[in-house]
Amino acid sequence: MDLVKKGATELGELLAAGEASAVEVAEAHLDRIAAVDGQVKAFLHVDREATLAQARKVDERRAAGERLGPLAGVPIAHKDVFTTTDMPTTAGSKILEGWRPPYDATVTARLREAGLVILGKTNMDEFAMGSSTENSAYFTSRNPWDLERIPGGSSGGSSAAVAAYEAPLSTGTDTGGSIRQPAAVTGLVGMKPTYGGSSRYGVIAFASSLDTPGPFARSVLDAALLHEAFSGHDPMDSTSVSEAVPPVVEAARRADVNGLRVGVVKEFAGEGYQPGVTARFDETVELLESLGAKVVEVSCPHFTYALPAYYLIAPSECSSNLARFDAMRYGLRIGDDGSRSAEEVMALTRAEGFGPEVKRRIMLGTYALSSGYYDAYYGKAQQVRTLIKRDFEAAFEQVDVLVSPTTPTTAFPIGERADDPVAMYLADLCTIPANLTGNAAISVPCGLADGLPVGLQIMAPVLGDDRVYRVGAAVERALEDRWGGPLLAQAPELVEAK
Amino acid sequence: MSAITRDEVSHLARLSRLALGDDELDHLAAQLDQIISAVARVQEVAAEDIPPTSHALPLTNVYRADEVRPCLTPEQALAGAPATEGQRFRVPRILDEEA
Repeated sequence: MDLVKKGATELGELLAAGEASAVEVAEAHLDRIAAVDGQVKAFLHVDREATLAQARKVDERRAAGERLGPLAGVPIAHKDVFTTTDMPTTAGSKILEGWRPPYDATVTARLREAGLVILGKTNMDEFAMGSSTENSAYFTSRNPWDLERIPGGSSGGSSAAVAAYEAPLSTGTDTGGSIRQPAAVTGLVGMKPTYGGSSRYGVIAFASSLDTPGPFARSVLDAALLHEAFSGHDPMDSTSVSEAVPPVVEAARRADVNGLRVGVVKEFAGEGYQPGVTARFDETVELLESLGAKVVEVSCPHFTYALPAYYLIAPSECSSNLARFDAMRYGLRIGDDGSRSAEEVMALTRAEGFGPEVKRRIMLGTYALSSGYYDAYYGKAQQVRTLIKRDFEAAFEQVDVLVSPTTPTTAFPIGERADDPVAMYLADLCTIPANLTGNAAISVPCGLADGLPVGLQIMAPVLGDDRVYRVGAAVERALEDRWGGPLLAQAPELVEAK
Repeated sequence: MSAITRDEVSHLARLSRLALGDDELDHLAAQLDQIISAVARVQEVAAEDIPPTSHALPLTNVYRADEVRPCLTPEQALAGAPATEGQRFRVPRILDEEA
């Protein structure tokens, strides 16, 4: 039985039926990590013994007759942006190297309660700023489809781990596309829940009005199960929504689009889109029509301004959020030799501890918020945010969901955009609108272009998370019938180290 | 014409508490100029009389119940500190102690 090729739903069933133990499942995945992570480089931290101890505890809970959820004993790779008391938490930054948080993130705590076994912490762009993991202070993760290409970012360690069968599930955070873009370029399902639907407590903050934790998985149903396991109101997060978690698992099982109105975003096509991406997207739209959906073209005229608005709003929020890294209470401290003031130590530490992209964004945000520029930049971006919200509202009067390619291109080669920030930012072109307005949005695989995965993005209104799972699952079912299995089965086999 | 001058970039570094060298400032000045020129596109949008949106959800004044509950112990709170003294964070001098 090849446990690492099984999805989370199936593993959960095997565990519940007593056909596999959590320890066996954890061991299989730890062995896979040992065999391939030297090439994939998905993990910043793995502790074999600690993982097996968690798994033993789940087996004991089950043996004691405790009623456990559907994912109890299933392993998971956890993005290093979530605090964990038993593992280091770095957010991909040198400024937090070796830091052990004194508390667990709500998402971490809920994974533990649900009996998920945390295999380790995954690599990411520093403070979740980037689209490739090239901004990690530690190393660049690799795309299992082609090890010379990026696995997306910022949650690129999480996408690489699941695509390389090192874990059946992983967590991510999505501020401008950091779950959907890595999912798209590695052939996975990646979901950004409605803003506030999943807790930010214990998520190291990047842009607080945008940051949203969400799941990665190899199927829509697996993603829905994980979504349900860690979502829901959290009194520790003042922006957490109080409404019940939408019925995402039921929607993923329902998997039909009959009579549903689907809008194709007119603005997300044309120049800058790889021909293969456009071709797969157009075919998927035809597929939706053949499945009984009513497809219309919808114009969202302000979506083309989402990218520049985001690159003012997100850096502005980050410049104030990252002020907390002051070398005083935790993390790195440089130059404290008795001769320097607190302010000098602070500036030396931040210059040494932050990487180039983080510095760029802090300074850009400081600029956009400074008096004299505020109205022309940050203020204007906030008005654009209103206009994008109105575009969405108008669109959802006509349709139930909106669709677009998740990314304009497939995975690009490592190094290609590393020192060209503006080119790198284009990776988030289609994903950003849903962040600015808090809408639910998912990416599901829709085929290959030049041998690399392409993602379909499905967007729904705020708290319409179930709708994107329903459409995503219908597309997945129809495409897997056509392909004779999941898209990921077409990825080249990684050579296992002995 | 550049969107941002080298002096402005140097000033931003000071405001951001980033002790950057000349080479890094030169490199950043060119990149920030490029980024600011790109994001300035937001100014093309006709947005007169459009209210700003600062947040995705219309939540206001969310308070927790005023109840005592457990918090970190001093040991936990100090565990990650670069330097401590007793039950306190030890920091470099904050005020000029010359006088």
